Amino acid sequence: MRDPSTDSRETLPRESSGESSGRSGSGVNRRDFLRGTGAAVAATAMVSQVQETIAQEKKKVEAVAPAAPVEVKLTVNGKEHTLQLEPRVTLQEALHHDLQLTGCKDVCGAATNCGACTVIVDGKPVYSCATLAIETVGKKVTTAEGVAAMEGVSQVINAFVKHDATQCGYCTPGFVVAVKAFVDKNPGANLEQILKGLGGNLCRCGTYAGVEQAAVECCKGGK
Amino acid sequence: MAERKFGWGSRKDNALIGKDIQRIDGVVKCSGKAKYTADFATPGTLIARLLTCKHAHAKLSALDLAIVEKMPGVKAWHQFKEIGAEIKWDGELIAAVAAERADQAEDAIKALEKVVKYEVLEHFVDEADKAGAEAAKRLQKLGRNARSEANKDDVDAGVKKAFADAKVVHKGTYGIVTISHMCLEPHGTHAEWKGDDLDIHMSTQAVSTTPAQFAEGLEIEMSNVTVTADYEGGGFGSKFAAEEWGLATAKMAKQAGKPVRLMLDRATELKVAGTRPSGFAEISIGAAADGTIVAWDSVHWGTAGIAGGGVDVTKLPYVFDFPNRISQQYGLMCNTGPNKAWRAPPHPQLCALTMTAMDDVAAKLGMDSYDLFLKNLSAVTNGREAVYADQMRIAAKEIDWKAKWHKHGDTKGPVKRGLGMALHTWGGGAGACKCTVKIHPDGSVESFVGSQDIGTGTRTVISIVLAETFGLPITGVKVNLGSSKYPASAPSGGSITVGGVSGAHRRAAQTALWQIFDKVQVKYGLESTDGLNAKDGSILNGGDKVCTWKEACSLLGKMPLEVEGTGPKDDKLTSAVVGGVQMADVSVDTETGIVRVHKFVSVQDCGLIIDELTARSQVTGALTMGIAYSLSEERIMDNKTGRYINSDLQNYKLPRIGDIGELVAIMYQPDSEYNRGVIGLGEPPVISPGACLSNAVANAIGVRVPVIPLTPKRVLDALKGARA
Repeated sequence: MRDPSTDSRETLPRESSGESSGRSGSGVNRRDFLRGTGAAVAATAMVSQVQETIAQEKKKVEAVAPAAPVEVKLTVNGKEHTLQLEPRVTLQEALHHDLQLTGCKDVCGAATNCGACTVIVDGKPVYSCATLAIETVGKKVTTAEGVAAMEGVSQVINAFVKHDATQCGYCTPGFVVAVKAFVDKNPGANLEQILKGLGGNLCRCGTYAGVEQAAVECCKGGK
Repeated sequence: MAERKFGWGSRKDNALIGKDIQRIDGVVKCSGKAKYTADFATPGTLIARLLTCKHAHAKLSALDLAIVEKMPGVKAWHQFKEIGAEIKWDGELIAAVAAERADQAEDAIKALEKVVKYEVLEHFVDEADKAGAEAAKRLQKLGRNARSEANKDDVDAGVKKAFADAKVVHKGTYGIVTISHMCLEPHGTHAEWKGDDLDIHMSTQAVSTTPAQFAEGLEIEMSNVTVTADYEGGGFGSKFAAEEWGLATAKMAKQAGKPVRLMLDRATELKVAGTRPSGFAEISIGAAADGTIVAWDSVHWGTAGIAGGGVDVTKLPYVFDFPNRISQQYGLMCNTGPNKAWRAPPHPQLCALTMTAMDDVAAKLGMDSYDLFLKNLSAVTNGREAVYADQMRIAAKEIDWKAKWHKHGDTKGPVKRGLGMALHTWGGGAGACKCTVKIHPDGSVESFVGSQDIGTGTRTVISIVLAETFGLPITGVKVNLGSSKYPASAPSGGSITVGGVSGAHRRAAQTALWQIFDKVQVKYGLESTDGLNAKDGSILNGGDKVCTWKEACSLLGKMPLEVEGTGPKDDKLTSAVVGGVQMADVSVDTETGIVRVHKFVSVQDCGLIIDELTARSQVTGALTMGIAYSLSEERIMDNKTGRYINSDLQNYKLPRIGDIGELVAIMYQPDSEYNRGVIGLGEPPVISPGACLSNAVANAIGVRVPVIPLTPKRVLDALKGARA
């Protein structure tokens, strides 16, 4: 929000090793975009440097010209799917359009960190609209539908419903995935860490207060 | 037998009404299983993309869609504008292409971008520049509005005298800029033809009224159109119409012989799918030494797009009216996207203009703002003076106003803290609603209504009303809504839905219950039905169990019992007119211009509350949206190019989870409120934040930041102006 300097959240980006250092290696800074050369960028806030990187990454996606579809094997929510996709197809589109996993939503259309398309790839939260489907071959992808399937209904979803952390619900699945990834990595996070760690998702109806309560409850749960 | 009357039960006996009840579609939404229009895809669905104009004012001079016909995957296309047509704002729709995959449709749009040609015309987009608009012949003189109906000269003389007699006269300039609705699910439609029948899934606030618009636009029978909206990803007042892109979707589906889905892209959503008009004002207020306002003179201007318009002059000043008052409105005809109703139109702007100016009077008099607002409560126009006073007392206690208050600007150090308040009003009366409640002989219950759940919890509210009436758990009723094939109900706008559906469903349910009681009376040989009551899955007589709900329903025989409910009616199930008070505690970093909200308190009445959990969510959501439009979000038009330059989620600044501070939603609900019946809540709490936060900032730094949103730059500019 606003000027980069307005944000109390930690300014990023991180190193390019593909591993987020976060706060004390806690992974509090939760955005890892794995793309192309393996360069990773973590972003929780409106940080100009991150935005530039995202813009460059976006150009890379656009630069992928139309090409014949290739076979792409994706492992999503524990199931393997074989799809015929052009190399330029994003993970978001493959999940939403081809696999009908519609919890993974396209809201900003341009990797501008709205978070509605957040999925977990090999344990890390990722913006699937900024990731090509072919990049996730051989990796494990979890969507909101996958989170819901864990242990019947996941603790995170129960907490969201309890604290009414949804209104129109359009940002909600992405937020659920973000909270799930955050809680798994930071089970004992305090409020400050939660607010920083969940800065990568936008809501228009204004459900942040409920999401905050849900995340606090999940972190206390220590699961 | 006692007369049977519609009404709500005794408050203390309610099992569900007024409690914290979880949203019945919460799990479906959280798990990604709720299918929105943007998710809806029947087999073979084509994906459409849009070509839009990149000029603020132009004529379309060349475009040939033939080039896309042979492109891979392309199956249908549509041209919105003919050659020679005038384009009046950045983002106007020129053409659409539908293809098997989104990438293919985008390839076609890129190809069209290379061949489309425009004759560029002069534009005007500066919504605050009244003088510039006049020079460019883009200024409309709109209404003048006076308190007195006497002739103009007498009114002017009276106002002039009141100012001359006033102890203090404050003059100030204020403003609140245009914002977009920014629905996270953009406007859009999925269209599929089944013979002559057209199936429309669309993100809409109006399932019952939209089929007529498709029928008219496509020249088909209204009965051939079905509009469905199971879920809607935000509307906020912008999703009532079929829209030209919706009609184009149906036309392309016809051309392709396949279903087509067209959702606006993010930039187009911001540019053409709805904005909230701006308001800028020069306001003079005269007041007595005790803070009583005796005179008001305002001139305001703004834009709702190319049509001019802006904020309705007849509603300024807001909530309050003053003895000697005149106001004058101008509209600026800007080459900007059209306005649509934005949550509580146009109250947020009216409130911002009125109550920031009032607060400046307090500053000028050296008064506590609380005392000034209290002093003027006798001038409120909605009759809720006593309620406002009570709400002010409650809010002040919650935010610790007395202990924390200091005079405007009476602070030290670079980070300054301040308090602000504002108050608001809204109608929220029940909208037209018709529903069917169906009770099956096995005791299961269904309902059907052509209303919609736009995230406000309509499904949950109806479930609570039915379950409460029949003495069932909330899972014992199945609510069907969101289809134009169900009984017609009003669009969801203006906070009329909760009243509309609650009243109609309660009437239907009570009517059905009375018919079941009659059968129970006969079956069990009761003298009267007067003592009968449905509770905890049983029919009780006095406190004694007569039979179970299922046994009672089995008396219906083989046919289900169907009862229609309608409304609104004058039977005290619903009513209208609410008020609310908000107070904020903020800090302002005078070196960076950054405003942070520490605590934001809302005290709001809305009559009888059906679900307190979702009611509080409406309030905290509104406060969050309020923080957005007060501190960061705005449409930024580039005067040189005439373009909307921040039409994306990166540069259109919305708050994130760490930006909102502590939000406190206090629902004002003494028995007097419960007894008023149900009133809508969606709009009112989003009204006060602009004035409230601006007043808190003014209290902190001792100078008014005149224009909302209070971005760091505007705060620093105001501070610089004060030092100059």
